[in-house]
Amino acid sequence: MNDRASFQHLEYLKRLKRRERLIRFMRVFVLIFVIALWEIGARIGWFDPFIMSSPARVLNTIINLYNEGTLFLHIGTTLYETVMGFIIGTGIGIFLAILLWWLPLIERILDPYLVVLNALPKIALGPILIVWIGAGMGSIIVMAVLISFVVTTVSMLSGFMETTEEKQLLMRTLGANKWQIFQKVVLPASIPTMISALKISVGMSWVGVIVGEYLVSQAGLGYLIVYGGQVFKLDLVMASIVVLCVLAALMYYAVAMLEKKVKK
Amino acid sequence: MHSTLVSLDAVSLSYHTKQGETQAIDNLSFSVEEGEFVALVGPSGCGKTTVLSIIMGLLKPSSGSVHTNGERTNMGYMLQHDHLLDWRSVERNVLLSLEVQHRLNADTRKKALALLDTYGLSEFRQAKPNALSGGMRQKVALIRTLATEPQLLLLDEPFSALDYQTRLRIADEVYGIIKNENKTAILVTHDISEAVSMADRILVFSKRPSHIKCCFTIDIDKKLSPLQRRNDPKFFSYFHRVWEELDT
Repeated sequence: MNDRASFQHLEYLKRLKRRERLIRFMRVFVLIFVIALWEIGARIGWFDPFIMSSPARVLNTIINLYNEGTLFLHIGTTLYETVMGFIIGTGIGIFLAILLWWLPLIERILDPYLVVLNALPKIALGPILIVWIGAGMGSIIVMAVLISFVVTTVSMLSGFMETTEEKQLLMRTLGANKWQIFQKVVLPASIPTMISALKISVGMSWVGVIVGEYLVSQAGLGYLIVYGGQVFKLDLVMASIVVLCVLAALMYYAVAMLEKKVKK
Repeated sequence: MHSTLVSLDAVSLSYHTKQGETQAIDNLSFSVEEGEFVALVGPSGCGKTTVLSIIMGLLKPSSGSVHTNGERTNMGYMLQHDHLLDWRSVERNVLLSLEVQHRLNADTRKKALALLDTYGLSEFRQAKPNALSGGMRQKVALIRTLATEPQLLLLDEPFSALDYQTRLRIADEVYGIIKNENKTAILVTHDISEAVSMADRILVFSKRPSHIKCCFTIDIDKKLSPLQRRNDPKFFSYFHRVWEELDT
């Protein structure tokens, strides 16, 4: 009886493993398939590589940028702006969420403004930022901050609010003050919310920076995309987007790694 | 020899909501002596929990006065749900109360952890609360309350979230711990048999605005545990008398 059960269990584990392997294989396969289709289509003339570009041309463009010595300038610029936007935006967002949790009256007063700010497409503020801050990196970072902090505030605040009244009552019966309740119960209980807020915030910072670079910039991947579009160098546009994909994925995984570490 | 730990003198309390004013407690007076186990029984929503909050000092009475012997740290509160913090180990949950009161040192820590040993939870010291059963969690919650060495325990329906069998067993254990540690306790419950099996004295509350309808001194051998008391012939007569008072 027991042997049969364990045999069945082994079979089950084997099936599970096979499925995992299939998923991993198919993921790589999809990537290779798309790249191959793209390249072959360009070579045998399904579409015009001048408009659609091709993997080989993308690779060439990246190598050229590297040889010119500007590849890492563009990557560095965009990365710097994004990381700054993310850190400042998340910092302000979390700080604001704490403040609003601490002062329920202020929270009630500001609630409608927060809702409007959340719903407003922050990109619309672009021209104002350029006039106020100037046509430079400052405006781009502020754009990223604007986009990421509102999301962070709204999701963190709702995370804080989830801590039940009764848990807070218990802490008060133990003699805890508000700061202790926050530090020992509300904040640790909100760690999962915070991680998911960080993940959203990373994506939002990229949006802010690329849009910012579209509007005003001398360097960066967003700049390359707009420039490439204007001079009709689709190779440059595609190459920038490929680099952008890789960077965004790496940054997302960095946050995911942090999540794993925290959950341990 | 026995001193009075808590006394309420003509306490009234009204709640204010948009819909109006609700008088929760009306002219309530009673006192609890050191070492006593008093149960407050009444229909649900009659303000029993409010009475505990007033004693604890979390709510101010609208009129009347509360005298307690000593400070608030002299009291421990136990709720229906254990509210253990999932991310802390059992040990660190128990030490939470001391931490919050800035009283955590080698000595208090040792005493608190000794309680875990004494009451059979030592092997779960490093475990997370979600590895424990409901009854064990409630015991950990009690030990967290006892860690600050309060004289008076306020028990707010601490067993009502447990299933019936666990409830009987944990009530028995908790009673044993309370007697063993020489604590005074006020138990709020709507479970008559629980009150009769544990208390020295039962105060029956009326519907809102609540006042004390009557008071029973339970004259069953004090050496018996709550489970044994349930088999005592006097148990049912008390049960019925309390039941009749509640019913009318």
